Amino acid sequence: MNTIWVLLIVISVLFSFLNGRLDEFTKAIFEGAKSAVEVSLFLLGIVSLWLGITKVIESSGLIYRLSGFFQYFVRRLFHNIPPDHPAITSITLNFLANLFGLGNAATPLGIKAMQDLKTLHPGGETITFEMMVFIVVNTASIQLIPFTVIGILADYGSNNPSAIVLPTLMATFLSTLFALGILFAARRIFK
Amino acid sequence: MKTVSFISQLIIPVFILFTILYGCAKRVRVFDCFVSGAKGGVGVVFRVFPYLLAIFVAVKAFQTSGAFEFAQESLRGLLEFFHIPIDVVSIALIKPLSGSASLGVFTNIAKTNGPDSLASLISAVIMGSAETTFYVLAVYLGAVGIKRTRYLVPVCVLADLVGIIIAISIVKFFFQFS
Repeated sequence: MNTIWVLLIVISVLFSFLNGRLDEFTKAIFEGAKSAVEVSLFLLGIVSLWLGITKVIESSGLIYRLSGFFQYFVRRLFHNIPPDHPAITSITLNFLANLFGLGNAATPLGIKAMQDLKTLHPGGETITFEMMVFIVVNTASIQLIPFTVIGILADYGSNNPSAIVLPTLMATFLSTLFALGILFAARRIFK
Repeated sequence: MKTVSFISQLIIPVFILFTILYGCAKRVRVFDCFVSGAKGGVGVVFRVFPYLLAIFVAVKAFQTSGAFEFAQESLRGLLEFFHIPIDVVSIALIKPLSGSASLGVFTNIAKTNGPDSLASLISAVIMGSAETTFYVLAVYLGAVGIKRTRYLVPVCVLADLVGIIIAISIVKFFFQFS
């Protein structure tokens, strides 16, 4: 993360200078700061909302029923997590929210999943392999139907906007597989 | 298509209703329970904020600096060799960085090239099959205060690159352009 951040900043300053956009650079960092505040306020609402709902799911015991669903796959992927650990459920819920393209639910549930994963290794500041698996699946995107994109294509008068559904599904599926492959290969190399 | 979008609209309301009714059936004090859970949200967002700020500032600066145009120009030769529209570069570069910006870029591609063009189709598939990697990293790592990420970031970047190549290949294969 450190390298990426330094690179982004250094390249930006360099190019702003070369393109004579130093003024825009300064404006851009303030704008960036502003949108971080806006996004955080938005997150504050939805994260609290979903944490409230997951609390109800936990207290009512619904959590054990939900995790039965879809759980085989999650357990296989995370075989180091005890099967009755809450992380299994929050990971399952996050994956389901992603599948259905419910971004506003996926992020809070993902945060919950990260916190549950953290309880397995409390206090550490180093990432665990399970957290990496979880993040890689999330960054590879596992959405089933891209509604927004189809909507935009349709708006501009596409003949068949849903023609992209099948290719998108295949691309999503393959890129998630490859992403996990790369992660597991990296574990071999860097162990 | 209509039924599918109707079902997807149903998911959240039904899920919430079901959760609350199930709680009532199990004699949980649903309201108090919800409030005590929601309390945790403030702490999480507080912890995530500095990470988000760092990422948003860097991404915004990168966007305005003109580095994008430079990357696009330097990849032009390579893309022409593979018969890939140049617009694909901008969507491939912006998607891992920013969700709202990539939506803007995509809308623009659909408008200027036409929604059934190769550029629009490839961009559409990239939009649907890639994620805003750096936002996800900032939020999820920030939420639990992870500082040492080992090999996670290089893996994500490489996976994004492979994902984009896969998206381009699949569209070319499906729609038989060459």
